[in-house]
This record gives sequence, C-alpha cells and structure tokens, in this order.
Amino acid sequence: MSYYFAIIGTQDNPLFEYDFGTSKQGGDGMARFTEQARQLNQFIIHSSLDIVEEVQWTNGQMYLKLIDRFFTSYISCFLTASNIKFLLLHQPPSTSSSSSALPHPSSSGSSSTSTLVQSSHHPPTSASTSSLSVIPSLSTLTGGSNSSTPTLIGGGGTSSRTSTSIAANPTSPQTEEAIRNFFAEVYENYVKAIMSPFYKTNMEIRSPVFRARVAAAGRKYL
Amino acid sequence: MSNHLPAGGNGGGGRAGDSGLRYPSNGKTIYHRPLNRTKTAELSKAAFAYLFAEMVSYAQRRVTGIQELEKRLNLQGHPIGLKLLDLLLFREPPRSQLRPLNIIALLHFIKINVWTHLFGRQADRLEKSSNPDTPDEFMIIDNEPLVNAYISVPKEMSQLNCAAFAAGIIEGVCDGAGFPARVTAHTVGDTAGEGGEMWPGRTVFLVKFQPEVLEREALIGAKS
Repeated sequence: MSYYFAIIGTQDNPLFEYDFGTSKQGGDGMARFTEQARQLNQFIIHSSLDIVEEVQWTNGQMYLKLIDRFFTSYISCFLTASNIKFLLLHQPPSTSSSSSALPHPSSSGSSSTSTLVQSSHHPPTSASTSSLSVIPSLSTLTGGSNSSTPTLIGGGGTSSRTSTSIAANPTSPQTEEAIRNFFAEVYENYVKAIMSPFYKTNMEIRSPVFRARVAAAGRKYL
Repeated sequence: MSNHLPAGGNGGGGRAGDSGLRYPSNGKTIYHRPLNRTKTAELSKAAFAYLFAEMVSYAQRRVTGIQELEKRLNLQGHPIGLKLLDLLLFREPPRSQLRPLNIIALLHFIKINVWTHLFGRQADRLEKSSNPDTPDEFMIIDNEPLVNAYISVPKEMSQLNCAAFAAGIIEGVCDGAGFPARVTAHTVGDTAGEGGEMWPGRTVFLVKFQPEVLEREALIGAKS
C-alpha cells in the first residue's frame, strides 16, 4: 500500500507533498511508487480537484471521503474551512500492477533514498531479510528455504495478510475511518502552521517539524 | 518537490541549520502547543487598547486621507480573519464542524463564533439590506464595538471609524470561506434610528458580497 499526500492551496497550487507507504502489517513505511507513477500521481491529484469543486458546495463536512478513482488509485479529500484541500491518493497492492507494487530490491533501494521518513539508508539486502522475518509462516509454507526469491514471498505475503486490512479495501468503512483520523491529525498541525504570524495563505509549508508530524500521523493510522 | 530530493533533514526530527529554521531554546515549536485554549484565558482590555492605539497611529503615518487610513486598518485585520476561520472551526466540536455553505450560515458564524472569540459576546444584530437594488448587502450591527471603546475621533476626522480593523477581520473570514466581499464600518449612532441615542457608538459593518457569490447562492438554492 502506497500513499501520496498533497495539500493544495486556494489557487490550485501545491503547498506540501509527501509520499509514504503503510506501516501496518509489518510495512516499512516506504512508498512503492515507480518513478513514472510518482509523476503521474501529481496529475491524478490535480485532475481530481475538479471533483472537489463539484462536491464542496453540496456537502458542508470537512471530510469529503473518497471522491475519485483512477484505475487502482483512490483519492480521498479533506477540505478545510478556508478551502485548502488535503488530498490523499492511496493505491492498494494489486496483482495486476505487480511490477510497480512489489518490493523488489532495486525499487526498495531507490525509494529508501528518495523517501525521507527514515534517515538511515537501507541496503537492499536488509530490506529483503526484514520482509522475510515478518512472515515466517509463509516462508515455511513455501518450503522454508530462504533461497527462494524474496520478491515472490513479499508479494504473496502482503496480498494474503492484508485482505482484511485497510490496505486491501480502499472503500471499506475502516479505511474511511483511518483516513479520517489521519486527516484530522494533519489538520490540527496545519492550523498550527498557519497560526504562525509569518505564514500567509497559499505559502508553501516548508517546516521540517510539520513534515515529521505528517509522517508520524501516516505511521500511526495508515 | 522537496521530498523527492535526497537532501537530508526534511524527514527527520528536524535539525536546526539545514533548513534555516531557528528553534526556541526549550525546543518547543508552535507544533508542540495545543490549539484549544482554556475558557479563562483572556487578554486584558488595557493591553489591547494600548496595542490598538499604537496600530491606529502606525496606520496613520504616511496616509493622505481617511479612506486610506481605513483601508490600512482593514488590511491589518484581513489576515487575522483568514486564520480565525480555520482556528475557530477547528475548535468546534466535531459534529458541528461544518464549513459555511451559504451567506446566512457564514454571517451567523461571524456573529456568534467570531464575535464571541474576539469580543466576549455576540454581535447585536444581523440585517439584510431592505433596498431591492442591493441584494448583495448585509449588515452586522454592534452597539458598542470593543475596538472603539477608548477612541475618540477628532472632529475634523468625523468620517473615520476605527472599527475598520474589525471590518477587515470580517472580510478575511468571508474571503477565506470562499465568499469574497468588501466590508466597511460605518458609525450610525448619531442618526436617529431606533435606540440611536442610546448607543452613540453603534457601528454597522456593511458586508457587500461579490456578484459571483450571489450567483452561486442562487444555483445552490435552486438545486437543493
């Protein structure tokens, strides 16, 4: 499960963006987007702004829930009082797009350098052994041999273990609730950010503390 | 953007230096402080009066007329309104955390929530312009605005109403909520209205919404 979170200002300008992966079910909190998908995400988010504008005057709630879908990408939206949009793109791990979803060593190595949740750099070997250690039962099922390719075990492990989790069911009420909690926590920190007398509307949020807080909220709920 | 770059310091606990950010000596940033205030945490009126007097005299520098002075006071209030909107809605209990979707809801929010937060009481009245030519004008009436409590306007500047500052706050709230408007403050205490002589400082905040707001209002009204 990979997430891409963006805060969009009133002029449809990006104020903040952050991508991360799930931390539940032994996930390592890394986004599994390919380089291509990373760039595509921004377009998907931008196109769903139109849907936000349609919904925003018919629903007074701040949390607008799931508003858009683009193939396997689901977009949830939260709209603050001053019309700042929080958009979360979530992509469940799927078998059809296995090349992008599977944590094969090369992609995990590249994402650990580009995603900045963990400051230490994970070599590909340690990432693959950690994914093995969280699913010992599965590795015994497949013969108990550590020599089998870690990509296969990792992929099978996530799909079978997370069938009831928020990652596999982007439309379930549990997912909705988890994202609501995530948005609520980010909103609190966003309000704190704009309370700064030096912050003006539509300014980019650069604070590293804010980024760390968003990362913590992501680890906690998603 | 920045989180795609492998530059350090963005994701971690935030070390000073690489972001140019200075941390307070106790390590507590604004993110560590709660947003909810306790009921009794009020500012002293004297401190506000002193600060506001300084703000007025600051705005008075290098202005040529009363209009410009009021515009400056208005501009000082505008960012406060923008921020108050988010803060006050955040403090609402989750069930009533609703974004204002129409003019009436917005004006009620200003009359009740914003006024109570700023001045410790609600605004006195809310009126819609009775003139059919100006359906875009609404009035928020305050019998004795707190901001004017210790201000006596000199005779030659009788047009001035320093509540232009509060008008700027209202304008900020309206703009932030997606209802762009012009808000001006007018003294009506000396005109003979009902109770006009009882409240010599009575101030009307005239809220004039942009035409697109009314257009959208009509569309939403037709749909629901």
